[in-house]
Amino acid sequence: MTTSTSSATPGWWARWRADHASQLHDARRDAYRFSRNWLSVFGLLIVIVMLFVALTGPAWVPYPGDATGDVHMDQRLQEPSRTHLFGTDDAGRDIFTRTIVATRTSFEVGVIILVVAILLGVTLGAIAGYYGGTTNQVIMRVTDVMLTFPGIFLPMALAAALGRGMVPAMFALSLTWWPGYCRLVEAQFLKMREDDFVAGARAIGASKTRVIFRHILPNTLTGIIVKASMDFGFAVLALASLGFIGIGIQPPEPDWGSMIALGRRFMPGAWWISTFPGMFMFIMVLGFNLLGDGLRDLLDPNATVK
Amino acid sequence: MLRYVLTRLLWIPVVLIGLSLITFGISRLVPGDPVKLAAGPQARPEQIQKLAAEFGLDRPLPEQYLRYMGGLVQGNWGYSIGNRRPVLPDLMTYFAATLELTVVATIMGLLFGIPLAVVAARWRDLWPDHVSRMVAIGAVSIPVFWIAIILQVMFGQVLHWFPVSGRYDPRQSYPQTYTGMLLVDTLLAGNVQGFFTSLRYMFLPALCQSLVVIALVTRQLRGDLLDMLRKDFVMVARANGIKERIIWTRYLMKNAMIATVAMLGFVIGFELGGNVLIEAVFDWPGIGQYATKAALMLDFQVIMGVTLFIGVVVVFVNLFTDVLYRLVDPRIRFS
Amino acid sequence: MDPLVEIRDLHLEMVTLDGVAKVLNGVNLTIQRGDLLGLVGETGCGKSVTAMSIARLVPQPPARYPRGDIRFLGENVMEKSEDALRDLRAHHIGVVFQDPMTGLNPVFTVEQQMVDAILSRQGALDATFFGRKWLPANRERRRQAHERALQLLRRVGIAEPEKRIHAYPHEFSGGMRQRVLIAMAISGRPDLLIADEPTTALDVSVQAQILRLIAELVREINLTVLLITHNIGLVAQLCNRIAVMYAGNVVETGPVRRILRDPQHPYTRGLLEAIPTDETTRGALQGIAGNVPNLYHPPPGCRFAPRCSFARAECDLAVPPMVTTAPDHQVACVLHAEGVESA
Repeated sequence: MTTSTSSATPGWWARWRADHASQLHDARRDAYRFSRNWLSVFGLLIVIVMLFVALTGPAWVPYPGDATGDVHMDQRLQEPSRTHLFGTDDAGRDIFTRTIVATRTSFEVGVIILVVAILLGVTLGAIAGYYGGTTNQVIMRVTDVMLTFPGIFLPMALAAALGRGMVPAMFALSLTWWPGYCRLVEAQFLKMREDDFVAGARAIGASKTRVIFRHILPNTLTGIIVKASMDFGFAVLALASLGFIGIGIQPPEPDWGSMIALGRRFMPGAWWISTFPGMFMFIMVLGFNLLGDGLRDLLDPNATVK
Repeated sequence: MLRYVLTRLLWIPVVLIGLSLITFGISRLVPGDPVKLAAGPQARPEQIQKLAAEFGLDRPLPEQYLRYMGGLVQGNWGYSIGNRRPVLPDLMTYFAATLELTVVATIMGLLFGIPLAVVAARWRDLWPDHVSRMVAIGAVSIPVFWIAIILQVMFGQVLHWFPVSGRYDPRQSYPQTYTGMLLVDTLLAGNVQGFFTSLRYMFLPALCQSLVVIALVTRQLRGDLLDMLRKDFVMVARANGIKERIIWTRYLMKNAMIATVAMLGFVIGFELGGNVLIEAVFDWPGIGQYATKAALMLDFQVIMGVTLFIGVVVVFVNLFTDVLYRLVDPRIRFS
Repeated sequence: MDPLVEIRDLHLEMVTLDGVAKVLNGVNLTIQRGDLLGLVGETGCGKSVTAMSIARLVPQPPARYPRGDIRFLGENVMEKSEDALRDLRAHHIGVVFQDPMTGLNPVFTVEQQMVDAILSRQGALDATFFGRKWLPANRERRRQAHERALQLLRRVGIAEPEKRIHAYPHEFSGGMRQRVLIAMAISGRPDLLIADEPTTALDVSVQAQILRLIAELVREINLTVLLITHNIGLVAQLCNRIAVMYAGNVVETGPVRRILRDPQHPYTRGLLEAIPTDETTRGALQGIAGNVPNLYHPPPGCRFAPRCSFARAECDLAVPPMVTTAPDHQVACVLHAEGVESA
């Protein structure tokens, strides 16, 4: 540790570094271990690129109007070229533009879905896990039943009930996703409720909420982060699936799912309409899954074997 | 063992009630007029009124639920606006097709996934392992409907190796059905050509559905195998001079099979999740397609019926696989 | 007489995500026929890997042996082929592991596992396999192996083996499982039995029985035993010789009585003093100051030096060689360097 040379008071940065020396060491070691797994690093890179695209995309796409309703019937079904990287669809819209804009939409919706699901799920899970008894039973039975419905059926039913469109789809998917987090957090709470450190905190008089929030919850954070990073890819897939079926994000708003569905009619002739959005989506989901996998290897000691 | 089965069976009605509560809840979630929704977008006012009375939507909620449950138990799962037929019988017919597809897809998935997992565990951290893991992660990241379309176009439209869609050759006469599952029915009737035709039509959709199975099985089984390899009995076997090859083919395989059965219920659940999209792409007449068409038309009763039905199916599948697991694992069977 | 096992300057490194751990730092150990050698040391000092190395049971990677060798009956174990190695394990060495819970495959019956072990030792396992199980010659072999298994089980003290042999491992108690493992280990009439903490996972009463069993077997089939344990009491009961290890080195070897009476290495002394006796006053537990060295960055020279109250400057220069201070008593410490250096 270096001593400051010029000022009288030691720099706060140096002090902070000293205070958190062991955590920094752990973080550095974790980063090193993460970087050894090239698949995870690859995933991280993809995610960063996608994030960049989502955040800035609409600003630099070549034909922004094509994502908001413009049609150019004279340019329909053009092959990929220098002016239209991914070609055009049957309404003459630039597929590259629409794919990029769809990235931003998917990101936004995906984030909202997960945030809502996590808030709801973690809260309910914490309550169920901490209080136990009938509260626990009620909450967990509902969770179990909701988790029984496989894949797309529940979101489909919910979306059909709530109507077509982006907002109902968001609701539908959030409602489908919260049980997973509820279960995760509940299990952790049940386990940790009996742990010594909780007893210690209570022994010194911490209130229930304080125990929940400051003590137990931080320990569940890694599990939530790992799950969220893996779920993000699946949330995006689910959203696109709804779009593919026809509920969910409605045209002309660009959505990978509906774009692919639309392009089916023109296969194999105008193959680019379906192929590019799908490939793009695949890469993004792959990136998140690789990243999530790598995070899980890193943060969850009992998960995989290395 | 018997006690376990009985206990589980006793719980099933409770779970089913839970499922129906959820579907009931969803159907009442509908913003706007549920009757209008059930009647469909083209209904006339008199029809709507009639339906309202029929559904007892003027009654208090709990009573509505009881009527709903009563109907379910008696076999009245609603009427489809789309084809004006009761939901349940159609459900059963469509389900046979989905069941067949799922069974074949599961078998395919296991046939690919188990060897991949074994290879990954055996040559851990070497290139076969990396390849397997990439395949597993890739398979789970691929948008199912997209890869379905690509395969359909490539192998169906372009190469003509497989039919593009549907379940059977429309030019041939449809086989006699006994169970609703064509592979079984054609064999029962001795219709060998029919059998192979069905198989050809089933190949691509089953392949797509098996992707998720491969992904899950490869990852989970690889992990389980690696866990087993660390166990002492492997060292003991080596210490006793048993050849590596025998350790793998005899010992670990049996452990691996048992582990596979343990995860079967979970895997099938995931499979069924993607089923809707696959049936949509390949025009496979199963419940997934029944549901998609209904979703587009907002044919509400069908959607609810299908959702409830699939939930019930999953419950029974889980029961079945749990029992199977208990039969297969000696630790549980003899204790 | 030629020793049964001779380990010379054995170095072992483990490649892990956190770096390269230098686990064994020049281990020297000799086991004579008929010895009951107790290998003691703290957890992590390398005693298990040393013993496992004799049968080359340490997975390579992540392990590697940059230097040294192990000779069994005069032959270099490190250079043996796969087949020769299997022969070694089948006919000359038997291993008993610590955890009887996981030592047996839970999804196979005891009968299947014992018969497999017996047949494999005869080199006949392959033949009775892969669909050829039902050939008459093979059925005969399996029947004989079955008889032998029953015999072995009876010998290790399992009553009514005919009934019990068809059970699954989880239906046995821990002590009985350990007996089964011992039966499997001696089924080939091995020269050497390596017992890695065989009783640590068992109840105290069962421990005594297992130890007695081992002692009996030593007499009966002229077994040489390498007993690995961190429990010096066990060694005092059972063994005739003791080797003390610390952080990858053998620091002292010799007859049990002599060493217990007159430990020469500072570590051995510290160990023995740490054992509470009737005279230890309450609250006066004697530990050894300091911590076990970091195997990734071990101290140069003697690895005990940082904790040793007698350390001198030369201790940090190089690992002290083993010197003989009395017949069959060897120490690796500069304090005794005036003794004759053993080869």
